[in-house]
Formats: sequence, structure tokens, C-alpha cells
Amino acid sequence: MSIALTVNGTPRTVEAEPDTPLLWVLREELGLTGTKFGCGIAACGACSVHLDGAITRSCSVPVSEAAGKSVKTIEGLKDADGTLHRVQQAWIDAQVPQCGYCQSGQIMAAVALIEQSGRPSAAQVDAAMTNLCRCGTYPRIREAILAATGQAAAAAPAANGESV
Amino acid sequence: MGVKRRAFLIGGAAVIGGGIFALQYGDHAMRRDAAKLTATDKGGTFAAWLKIGEDDTVTLYSPHIDMGTGNTTALAQMAADELDADWSKVAVELAPAESGFANVWLAKGFLGETAGGVTAVMTDSLYSLVARNMVNQITGGSSAVRFTGQFGIRALGASARQALLEEAAERLSVPVGELTAAKSVVTHAKSSRTLRYGELAKGAATRSLSDEPKLKDKAAFALIGQSVPRIDIPGKVDGSAQFGIDFALPNMRVATVMAAPVAGGALASVDPAPAMAIKGVEKVVQLENAVAVIAAGYWPALKGLRALQPKFGDGGKGNANTASMYAEQEKAVAATVAGFDAGGSTLIEASYRAPYLHHAMMEPFALTAHYKDGKLDIWGGLQDPLASKLSAVEASGLSADQVTFYPMLLGGGFGRKLPGQIAIIPQVVKLAMESPWPVKLIWPREEEVAQGTFRPQTVTTMKAALGADGKITKWHNAFSEQVGFEAGMPLLYDIPGAELELAEYEGHVPIGAWRSVEASQHGFFHECFMDEAAKAAGADPIEFRKRHLKPGSRAFAVLDAVAKASGWGTPLPAGTGRGVAVVESFGTVAAHVVQASLREDGYPKVEKVWAAVDCGLVVNPKNADAQVMGGIVMGLSAAIHEEITIDKGAVVQSNFSDYPLLKLAETPEIKIEFVDSGGSMGGLGEPGLPPAAPALANALFAATGKRVRSLPIRAQAKG
Repeated sequence: MSIALTVNGTPRTVEAEPDTPLLWVLREELGLTGTKFGCGIAACGACSVHLDGAITRSCSVPVSEAAGKSVKTIEGLKDADGTLHRVQQAWIDAQVPQCGYCQSGQIMAAVALIEQSGRPSAAQVDAAMTNLCRCGTYPRIREAILAATGQAAAAAPAANGESV
Repeated sequence: MGVKRRAFLIGGAAVIGGGIFALQYGDHAMRRDAAKLTATDKGGTFAAWLKIGEDDTVTLYSPHIDMGTGNTTALAQMAADELDADWSKVAVELAPAESGFANVWLAKGFLGETAGGVTAVMTDSLYSLVARNMVNQITGGSSAVRFTGQFGIRALGASARQALLEEAAERLSVPVGELTAAKSVVTHAKSSRTLRYGELAKGAATRSLSDEPKLKDKAAFALIGQSVPRIDIPGKVDGSAQFGIDFALPNMRVATVMAAPVAGGALASVDPAPAMAIKGVEKVVQLENAVAVIAAGYWPALKGLRALQPKFGDGGKGNANTASMYAEQEKAVAATVAGFDAGGSTLIEASYRAPYLHHAMMEPFALTAHYKDGKLDIWGGLQDPLASKLSAVEASGLSADQVTFYPMLLGGGFGRKLPGQIAIIPQVVKLAMESPWPVKLIWPREEEVAQGTFRPQTVTTMKAALGADGKITKWHNAFSEQVGFEAGMPLLYDIPGAELELAEYEGHVPIGAWRSVEASQHGFFHECFMDEAAKAAGADPIEFRKRHLKPGSRAFAVLDAVAKASGWGTPLPAGTGRGVAVVESFGTVAAHVVQASLREDGYPKVEKVWAAVDCGLVVNPKNADAQVMGGIVMGLSAAIHEEITIDKGAVVQSNFSDYPLLKLAETPEIKIEFVDSGGSMGGLGEPGLPPAAPALANALFAATGKRVRSLPIRAQAKG
């Protein structure tokens, strides 16, 4: 069936079975491969996107539920002029990613948290950031979220190698 | 230490396998083949691995994939530093998966590690032959920087720099000694003339390169030792980085697969009709031990697969379960340790268990294959592109020149994507060769868990005799591990006559290298037991360890450093404890102190971790810190949560729902310090992991008085 939705600000119409998870429509129909497949059961968060502004694990939401709604993916996070979102910039400054596979989802979760809470407390970060990272980048994710919200000195890329 | 029954291959060598001395081919052919693959009309190519363009762009063809450790950036730093290149114009491409690019330097490093004195008498061309014979482009064994970088890439950069200077000297008609090089420009100060590398490259590349160029002293490093930002990170924050699973071709189909749940079982029968009834499904393909569904996309393929009711055999292993396997292993160990005699000294004895562990890399297996006009092309991210190609050659029955493997980024590897046990290669080859379309095969997470090659389940009984002077006089470590991958770990401590004994165990569960390999479980055994021995001696755990180490040794130094950093010995609130562990692996010594207490549910609350690490020269401190940090997080994750169990011969767990990983909220503050004792370079992708579990278990003992001798810890320390 034909389903209309807005993706990264652009109205799109896709042909898909209504039970197809939003993830696979994004990846296979729209070619937006920044959103990753990790587990298929909403347990890891690699597929996290914003659905009408709310953080959503797209592997477990049928595309039919996204009809008429607005989806934002990692590809839609930059400004129109290509400037990185401050969370993306904080991720670079803190040198967060290792393999990088989970980081689109981590960044989308962090952006949603910040949009919701402004300056999240440590407890709010712990509660909201439930995405899995096998490389173990969690301490730097914390550091980047704090830096992006003005709660810590922005990490200099040429720091001396100490974790904070 | 003495070893009975078997000779052990230590470290990465077990990954590579044997037969390395049966050498047949000439090295000149390898260089010629490689040069052809990176030939250029513009600029110059040096020893095939390094290209300098007319626009000064330096391209390094790296024989290592990057599964997240940042080796790409580190190797580029090493090449560019020795080359005196302009860092802003340095790029890295993955070397082609062809035998001309077999990793000579890795072979040299691993042989040096395993064969000791042999390296001194082997020539470089012999190493080339070894690498070629090993068909080796492995990224594993924490080897990229310490072997490939240190033995190869730096020398390559230095010899290319020398050739550029010689070319410049000839063009300017001045002695080489009057020239200097910096930021890809050669300068003759006396005459104020300069030449860019891009202008010199073509001529310089025709010069013969020195085999043993002079490398820079530490004081002269411009890039090595600097925390330059990783070159792969920008693409990993905006979604543009292309991993293996992201590859797509026009008209491509997507497939998914399910193999026999019991390893060794075969597909008995399957009725394809229920899958074929699902919209979008193109084809059901029966493989020897699996069934695959090809469809328009992943979702219809998965729906089709789930609609099937395949019948699989169990290969006669349908009765095995975790309890019976542990019992069998412990019986085997008991038979070996009965005769230990403490000789009148205090006997200390303890038995430990470590479970099978799943790699759980975030990117499941995914490969795309296209068979057209007699050529087979494959795209994806695996830890050895060259071996992957050869595996596809074998599976397809084609010749090597008909098959091309295109290496891509890996969403984690941790040993799971090493060659030898990558079932998805023959699977995707068969699907593609039977199809008119390109086929991308994706393993569901459930398949990823069920068909793992796990860190082996291991049991051990440790015995030691404690002398009146508070030192261990005898040490005996008997362990049981599945035949096929068994490897003990050398004892770090200076205990004369220490013995390591293997009780062989025949298991059917596929096993493989899991980040830090044998050091993960044996580090836990050794370091928990040292803690028990310290307790028996009434000694402080760090002081007790130092009694058995040489003053001035690397282990001694990192213990001192971590004790100082962690405030070891200072008072803590009741219910909170500190534990220490020190493990050497992959040429690096790492000591961790964990501070922990218990949560209300009895699970460990890890409050803080300090690490002191001696890996010798640190190429990129910020990324080195990340590697140790990642090792600690993965080590804590496994220690607290992770276990693969077996029932009716099959893996019980299926996804992150029943194989939980550590989350951000459980992750402690981590402080890492590097201690350079001036020794040779060690690896960093793995050595941060092994001390995490024993340091945590020892901290829980300090906090609660309860020993945890079986992993995962979960709520075991609760009173």
C-alpha cells in the first residue's frame, strides 16, 4: 500500500506492506542507511529515530503507524547549510565513536533527551541513554552530552588521553 | 613455567594456524602483483603500499580493516610522521583483498612473538613468504599498530622520505645532507628553493627503497604521540559511513537464513510453501545445514523464514547441556590435580568457572554477492579480507581471479569476524550463484547468537603452596577447555616450577577468539587466585603480587601506578571494596583497580575503575585511552551479565533480551594512565579487558567477604 510520511522535512510516499518496520522502509526504500539494524526487537537502539519528535526504535514500529507523521533520521540532523548539530559536534570533540555502528542511534537518543530536558542531569542521562554500545563508548557519550549542554568544558580533541 | 601434555601457542598465533614453514613461492611475484593493483599514471607508488599524488595527497593502502579500534588513524600517523607528510593531505584506503597485499609485517610480528629467536635469523623475504602462505590480512591479536605499524608502515614512510630527498637532491644538484623535509615539502635552505612531494613523487617512486631506513627518535616525532582526531569519526556521526550491511546494488534482493540450532546438525527437510505464500518472497534455498529465504527486502525475507518449519538433525549432540558439560570438564580436571603435594606448606586451593561468551558485535553478519558473467563480487566487513576472498573462491569453485572481495567498515568484530568460521561466506556465495540478481544476506540477531563461535567455557582448579615466608613456592593450574582452541596463559609471576596442565574436553559447541582470547578467562582465574593466596598469607593484595614480581618489571610499575591513582589502602565506607588485578596480554601489561559495592538487587555496583597500562610507545593517546576504556566496559559487561548456555545441544539465548550487555547507567567513571617503561610496543585493542573481571570479583570480596568463583557474577556476592 501507499503510505505518505515526512522524512527529514521532505514529504515522501512509499510503497510498502503496512506491517513493514519503519527501519526497513528507511534503509531499503529511501536509502537512508545511517539508521542501523541491530536486534529487531527494540532492545539495542541502533535503529533510533525521531517520530514526531519522540525517540522511537524504528525496527519495532510498523510503517503504517508512521503514516502522516514526521520522521527525523541521523541524515536529517545537520542544518540546511551542512553545519553539524551541536550534539554531533560534541561527539567529534569527545571522539566518541569506535566502530560507530550504534552511534547514529546514540546521537538521536541524546538529541531527543536534550530537546526534552534542556540540561539533563546525570540521572536523566542514565535513564534515557539505554542504547547498547559493544565498543564501550559510554563514558564518552556522557561526556559529550554534558559538553553539548554547556555542563562541562568542551572536550578538546587533543586532550591528554584521560577519560573523564 | 612447565607445561605438561601439550605445547601451547600463545597469543594470536593460535588464530593463524600452522604450516607456516612449508614455503614455496617467490617474494618478487608478490611485490609485482601488489604494484599492479595500485599502479598510477600520476604521482608515484612506493612498494605498492603508499601512493603520493601530484597534488601531494598521500594515500596509505592499509592491510588492516578497522573494526572500531582506530588503527586506520594510527597507521596513517606512523606513515605520515616518518614521511614528514602534511597531515591534512593524508588518506587511507583499505588494501585490495589480493595476495599481493598479504601482510608481511604481521607475519613477522606474530612469528617474533611465538618463535622467539627464530625471527633473528629469518630474512624479510622469508616473512613475505610466510604471509603469503598464511594468506593473511588479519586484523586481530591487537597487532595492527605494534606489528604492521612498527615493523612496516614506519619503515615504509621513512624509506619513501629518503627516496623523495634523493630525488630532490638530484633535481637541485645539491647534496642530500643539505635538504630538509617538512609537511610534504623538501627545502634547500641555502638556496631558498623548495620542491613539493607531489612534484617529486613520480621520480622518487622509481628509486629503490632502503630495507632498513633510519627511523625517527622519539624526540623527533611530529604526529606519533599526538591525539590527532580519528579520520573515521566524522562519517560516523552524520550517518554517511558505509558499513558492510549498508551496501546496495540496483535490482538487489535481500535474504536471511536459519541454520541447524545444534552445531553439526543438517537440514533434514523443509516445505517452502508457507514462505512462498508471503508477498515479496522470491525463493527458498536449501543449504546443507540451513534454509535461506530470498525476497524483495529484509522484512518479507524474515517473515518468510519465520513461516517455515524446517526440520534439522542434531548431529548426535542433542543431549548436551551446560550442567553436564561443566560436570564433564570438572571431572577431567579433578583427575589431573589429585597428586599435588604442598610439601608441608600451607595448601591453597580454589576452582573457578567461566562460561561461553557471545561476541555481540552491533552489526550482525551481512554480505552482498553478485555473480555475473563468470565473475563473483562480494562486499562486506570481515576481519580478514584476503582469507574471505579465498573462502569464497573455495565455496564457488571459481578461480581466484574470478572472485573479488571488497572490504568495508565493520560494525565491531571482537574476533567473531576472523577467518575460519564465517558460515555466511559459503551461504551468500551459493545464494548469489543460484540467482539472477545481486543478493544481500543478513543474519537476524537471533541467528547471530545461536550460531556464534563462543569464548570457550572453561573450568580450572588452582593449587598453590604458601611458604612460611609468605611466598608461593609451588603453583599448579589444571584447566579444561574444549579441544580445538585450548590455550593457557603464561603466569606473570616469578614462581619457579609453576605448572600449567590441560585436561582435554571434546565439545561440539563452536568456539573462537573472543576479545583478548585466553587472557579473558585465564586472567580471571590467575588474578582471583592470587587474591585468595594474598588473603591466606594475610598480605595486602598489591604488596603480595609485588612479592612475586621483579622490582623494575613492567607489572611492578603498573601496580605501583594504579595503587597511587586509586588511593589504594585509604579507608572506604562499609560495604564498599577495592580489588586489583594485573594481566599481560598481547605484549601489554595492564593493572586495574575496581571500586565496587552491591546494589539492592545483589548485582555489583561498579563505582570507579582506575587502570595503569604499559604498552610501550603510545601512538594516539586519546584513542589509546578509548581502547582501554572499551576493554574495561566489555570486560565488566561479561563479568556481570554475560553467559551462553546450552540445552538439548543448542544455544539457549536468542537476542539482547536474554543476553544482556552492560548499559551506560551501569558504567563507572574510568581513569586510565599510560606508563611507558621503554619496552617494546604492545597491543591495545584487547589488553584492557582481562583485568576487569578479576578486579571486580576481588573488589566484591573486599566489600562483602564473599568470593565469586564463577562467571557471570550477577547477584552471587549477595549475602
